[in-house]
This record gives sequence, C-alpha cells and structure tokens, in this order.
Amino acid sequence: MKDVFKDLTVALDKPLAWQSRLVVFLAAIVLIPALFLPLWHMTFESQQYPEGLNLYIYTNDLVGGDLGNDLVEINVLNHYIGMAELKKEDFVEFKWIPMAIIIFVLLSLRTVIVGKYSTVFDEFLLLISFGAFSLWSFFHRLYLYGHNLDPKASVQVEPFTPPVYGHKMVGQFDVWSYPSAGAWCFVAFILLLLSSFIFIRSWRKSDKQSAKVM
Amino acid sequence: MKKWTKSSMILIPLVILIIIAAMNCGKEPQQRRGARPGASGGGSDIAAAALATYVPPGDLDEYYLFYSGGHSGQIFVAGVPSMRHISTIPVFTPYPGTGYGFDDESREMLGEYTWGDSHHPSFSETDGEYDGRWMFINDNANGRLARIDLRDFKTKQILKIPNISANHGSAFVTQNSEYVTMATRMSAPFPEGTYADVTEYATKYKGLVAGIKIDPDDGNLTVGWEILCPPFDYDLGDAGKGMSDGYMFWTCYNSEREFIEGGKLEVTASQKDKDFILVVDWRAAEKAVKDGKGKMVNGAAVLMPDQVSDIAWFMPLAKSPHGVDVSPSGQWIIGSGKLSPTTTVYNMEKIKAAIQAKDYEDTIDGIPVLTYGSVREAEIPVGLGPLHTQFDGRGYAYTSLFVESAVAKWKLPPYEDGADMATYVVDKLPVAYNIGHLVTAEGDSKSPDGNYLVALNKLSKGRHLSVGPSIPESAQLIDISGDKMKLLYDAFTEPEPHYAIMIKADKIKAQEIYRKDDPQWPANPNAIWAVEEARIERKGKMVEVWMVAVRSFFAPDVIRVNKGDTVKIHITNIEQTRDELHGLAINDYNLNMVIDPGETKTMTFKAEKSGVFAYYCTNFCSALHQEMQGYLLVKP
Repeated sequence: MKDVFKDLTVALDKPLAWQSRLVVFLAAIVLIPALFLPLWHMTFESQQYPEGLNLYIYTNDLVGGDLGNDLVEINVLNHYIGMAELKKEDFVEFKWIPMAIIIFVLLSLRTVIVGKYSTVFDEFLLLISFGAFSLWSFFHRLYLYGHNLDPKASVQVEPFTPPVYGHKMVGQFDVWSYPSAGAWCFVAFILLLLSSFIFIRSWRKSDKQSAKVM
Repeated sequence: MKKWTKSSMILIPLVILIIIAAMNCGKEPQQRRGARPGASGGGSDIAAAALATYVPPGDLDEYYLFYSGGHSGQIFVAGVPSMRHISTIPVFTPYPGTGYGFDDESREMLGEYTWGDSHHPSFSETDGEYDGRWMFINDNANGRLARIDLRDFKTKQILKIPNISANHGSAFVTQNSEYVTMATRMSAPFPEGTYADVTEYATKYKGLVAGIKIDPDDGNLTVGWEILCPPFDYDLGDAGKGMSDGYMFWTCYNSEREFIEGGKLEVTASQKDKDFILVVDWRAAEKAVKDGKGKMVNGAAVLMPDQVSDIAWFMPLAKSPHGVDVSPSGQWIIGSGKLSPTTTVYNMEKIKAAIQAKDYEDTIDGIPVLTYGSVREAEIPVGLGPLHTQFDGRGYAYTSLFVESAVAKWKLPPYEDGADMATYVVDKLPVAYNIGHLVTAEGDSKSPDGNYLVALNKLSKGRHLSVGPSIPESAQLIDISGDKMKLLYDAFTEPEPHYAIMIKADKIKAQEIYRKDDPQWPANPNAIWAVEEARIERKGKMVEVWMVAVRSFFAPDVIRVNKGDTVKIHITNIEQTRDELHGLAINDYNLNMVIDPGETKTMTFKAEKSGVFAYYCTNFCSALHQEMQGYLLVKP
C-alpha cells in the first residue's frame, strides 16, 4: 500500500512525456472555443409557442433565440408572475467565468512547457472545484429567480426552480435544460487532461529499465 | 263502397311512394347539394375533389390567391387549393380591423376619399415572372393606383393620376416592372376639371391611357406619360411580354364616340360591328416624353397622337370587347368581344409587320387603325359572351363565357390551314354562374403552372346558405391539370372580386414582425423602445405623447389635456413576438389604431369634447388584455 502512494508520488513528480504534452496542448486548444460557445441551452415549449423559446447561457452573456427576442419574450412572460427580469448585469458569473477559462488555458500551456504530472493533477482538481461551484452557482441563481417573486404580481404561482439538467414543467411550459457546446468543450478538456496520465506508464517502464542499467 | 274508393285513392299512391323510396334506399350514398353529378353549374366527384382541396389542420396552401374587393376597396387573400379566406388588405377604404385609415399616415394616403373601387391586382415581375415584391391595384372610381408591399401585405402608396377618368384598364405590369398601366374608361372633358356638355362628347371629351413608372428599388409610383385618345371607353388591358415586350394593349368600346342623353349607352355603344384594341409602344412613348414632345397638363406629360406618330395604333375587334390577354410566349394577343361568340387571336409578328408596313385601314384622331385581316391569326368559336382569357403553359387558353356560364378550353396556334376552328375548342365546363374573370396559377406570367383555375362568378344563386338579398360572390376552384377540367370547390367572398391573381406561396417572403432597427424598413423618428422613454410634452396648444404598448399595459396610461388642444400620439408596440399586436382605441373619439409588433404609428386629433375618455387595447394580446387600458382626461 505504501508503495502505491510512493510510486504515484514518484510518477506524478515526473516531467510530462511528449505524448502527454501533446494531449495537454490539445486540451488547452479545445477549451478556447468555450469562451465563444453557449455553455447551457434552455428550451421553453408550449402550445402557443410552437417553435419554442430558446435561451443560451454563454460564459459572459445571456442570449435569447430568434435574434435575441426570445429573452425579451421570456421576460415579458415572467413579469406576469413577478419574476425579476433576467438580465446580463445580474449575473456575476459572467465576470469571472471567462477569466477562469483563460486561466485554465494558460495553466495548461504552462504545463505543456514546464509541466509535471502533478501540475496536471492539480489542474484537474481545480477544474472539478470550479465546475462544481459554477453548477451550484447556476442552480442557486435559478432558485433565486424562481423564489423571489413579487408578491404583488398579477399571476400568483408557487415558488419553483427551473431545471438545470433535464425536463420540468413550469406553468404551461415544458422546459428543457441541457449543457451546450461550450460545456462539451469543458468535458473534452477534462477527458484530454485525464488521458495525459495514460502515458505515465511508459515513463515508469523506461524508468525501471534505466534503473536496471544503473 | 264509396268510402273504400276514397281511402284507396290516398293509400295506393302512398304505398307506391313507399315502395319507390325503399327501392332507392341504400343504393347510393346521398350526394351533397351542388356536388351531385349533372347539377346545374357543374358538379364533381366528391371524393376526388375532397382529396384535391383538403388542406389538413396545420398544413399550408400551395398558392396565394389575391382577389380584388371591388367597391369594398380592398383585396382579399385566400389560399389555394383550400380556398380559405386568410386575410383582407385594406387599400382604398378605412378598415378598423387593422386600424387602416385612422393613423396619420394612412389617413393622408386615403386623402379625401372613404372608398375606392379596386378592380385588377397585379404582381411586380422580373423577366416576365412574378417576383413577389409588390402588388398594384387600380381604383376605378377615382383615378388612383395603389402599391402594396408583399413583405408586410400593407398598402404603401396611393397615387392620384391627373386627367384619367375611371381608371379601369389597370393595373397591368410590364415584364420587368418598368410600368404599370392606367386608362380612362369613362371619357371626360379634357383637361381634367374642364366643363363641357355631353352634347359635345365627340369633340370635347377625351380618353387617356397612361404608363405609371415603377421605381425598381422601392416600387415608388410616378406618372410616366399619358396619351390623349379619342373618347372611347378604354376597358381592360395587358402588358406585352416576350415577343410583345415593349407594347401595351387596351380594349375599348363605344367607338361610336357618342353619349346621347337618354339614348342608353348599352344601345348606342353597340351599333358598330367592331370596336378596337389600342396598342401602345411604351418605349416610343417614353422616348417621346424624354425628347420633350409631351405637353404638361395638370402635372402629367401628355402625348398627342396627331402630333407624335408611331406611339399608338388601333386593331379592330368584335364589338363590346372586355379582355385582352397576352399569351405566355407573348406572341398571341387574345381579344374577346362580349357580344360575339368568338374570341380573336392576333399574332404579334403580324402586328409588328403591319406597323412597319403602315398597313392601315383608317386613322382616328391621329391614331392609325391596322388592317384587321393583316394582324388577325384566327377567330375561335369559344362560345357565348367571351370575356377574359388565361393560360396553362401547355399551349392551351381558358376563356370565361359570361352568357354561357362556362369556361372554354381551347388550343393556341399554330392551326392547320382550312381546319374547322371549332375543333380547337377541346373542353367546356359549366360554372355557377355567369363567370366574369378567371385566373390560373401564375397565369399572367411567362410560365403558368397549369394546375389550378379559379372562376370568378358574378352570380351565385343559392349555392350557399342564404344570407338575404346581399348575396356573396362566388369563386369556383377548377382542376386544369388533366385533359378535362374538373370542378373542385365552391368558395364565396364579400363584394366584389373583379379579377384575381395567383402566386406560388414560396415566392412571397412575408414578415410577421418589424424587427427593431431593421434597415429594410424606414426608421420612424418617433419610435421609442423602452417604457422609461414614454413621455408627454406640451408646446402651446399641442400635446405630444410618446407611448409604449407592451403586454399588458400602455405607458403612459393617463393623458391630461385641455379642451381644444391638438393631441398627437406616437405609439410604439415594442413587442418582437409574432401575433402580439396591440390596438389603441379612444372611446367616443371615433379612433382606433392597431400597431403591429415593432411598429410605430402616429394619430393626431383635436380634443374637442371635454370629459374623461377611456382608451384601451382593441387587438387581443394576452390573458390580461382586458386590463390594458388608460384614461384621456380632457379638462373643460
């Protein structure tokens, strides 16, 4: 057991194999589009909106479908139940998420040049924390929107939380919420980061061989 | 005994009746009225017709059909093959349904008139094909011409043309939308506004035909040229295409050139055996005006044929003609005289040759009359009362027969020498009843689709639920895709379509929302896009309001003015969702606007009545539509 951790520590302390560097470099490249692609996509469908209303959450913006008009429409509908207007300025996430992505790209590039497996590992941990926090933050924001309804609104509804993942009925609307292209960039980023560890083994082998020679 | 005979007299016929009824029972499913085979006015195979016309819920029609609304001053829009009425476009008449004629812009466009007589709609064309940009329609009553934008199905311009009296031979468009035609149907003293008694009809009264220039970019209409003509009644027209590109044609009646008081025009105008088709070389007319040969009369450049030659010619045609129609190739010009059982085919090649050779049989007021025998190709015995001809693109023509109440299908040239012309009439379908005009799918273009024909009947006589004496007009959908015409459907409209045009649905790119800042629409300086920008400003006796309408409130919802103030309300519907229209009606002020999503309209009125007047949204918008209201307070 002791040996396992010892071996792991030794392995993580090794500089990256060239294959791993390539993979981490790819990961950094793959993450860049996340800056420009929607992270999450919500669709609102009901009888009188046969084409559905679409809402795209970007790293730095909230964009409605139909040239932005779906967001206006969602806000018009929400005003009846006294929900606060969904607007970009209220999302603090939009200020730090792009910065975080840039940091991850830079960290990855740094790893490509001077990295050890431990830096990849640290980056992975950081990313998991960041991802979990972002999702929580997103969920919490939806919760706040759905629970801070104006008591004087013309239509009274029970407080609710729109779905973060999957389907939920909200009033007459079928609401679907799913990760979008930007989120898949994150998934690809994580998978590539993790795949860099595949090449640790070859290192260990050649390490042992060189030890024998010595 | 006597008693027995008496009761048997009742019983025996009764038993016979029951037996007959029983024999017929279950034999055949009962056919609906009017659809029964052999029914007057034509019947059809129910199952085939139902399949051909049924558009299931949620599905769309293949064609747009635009009917003129006649003296309703409107255009009706229907879908083909379902024949469902979809919409009404107000043109020459106020229409509270869309707020037309209440806001400043449309009120100014309508001017002093509250009605018009819309007769012949036409599409803009590119290379002889409908391009789906604009539609034009004439006002037969007040010498006007209107342009409708097919992006939003709204009337954008109404042009009043000087000197034209009763603009009937209009609005026919040249093959690249250079010009749209206009013509005087009821000759009047010239120049417009001159007083002359009808006893001086032959000399003081004049007819005119005109070419109205279409701006190729925005469709704006301006007077191009007018040609002074003898005082005939210029009736229907068409513009040449293909081989006849560059020419315009108008039929005319009353070539007797008289109006005898109490003499009945229907009699006096039917004395001569032949009337005419007027042929105009519009490029020559355009050039003559450019060369300064026109005389400016009431703001229009008028060409006098006795001074300017080679712009107009007459072709003799059987008397009291109505339609003159150019075949898809442009080679055959079809003229139909209502009182003749034949329709006449002219050959454009022969017309050009006769013009070249100055092959004239007469000259009237400076306009040469081409020798009939030199320009005529054939006379086809289509039937009684031929009026108007349309085409299928497969070499056949369809002529409406008013007197016979039928549509005749006949073959266009070439014909064999010495052939019996009657053999070229290949099919005839009775219609219900007294057909006036007809339209085939894309029938005025270079390539008609040859599948549908709509007969516009003048009388409908009981083929619909009775609605009293104001009987609706009848339109019948006919399948012309096969050898034999088949009646598919009866549809009814309000008074009174005179002409219709049919365009493939995908050629029209209609927009249902005026997008904010969309550069294709002219920017309105009074548009406001946020509730915060709503305001009221007073300048002396003028109160100007910038208002927002959005679900489900007006901002501002209170307007305070003093009696005698002029109130100007600019209202923007800031919705960007389709079908979210808002209305603004002011009670007891006889005002109602309808504002479409993204539209800004202005309404000006004088607050002459003091008191409190509610205003509200007339066009249903939401669950809280009823609550969308405000108050106009007019202080005494």
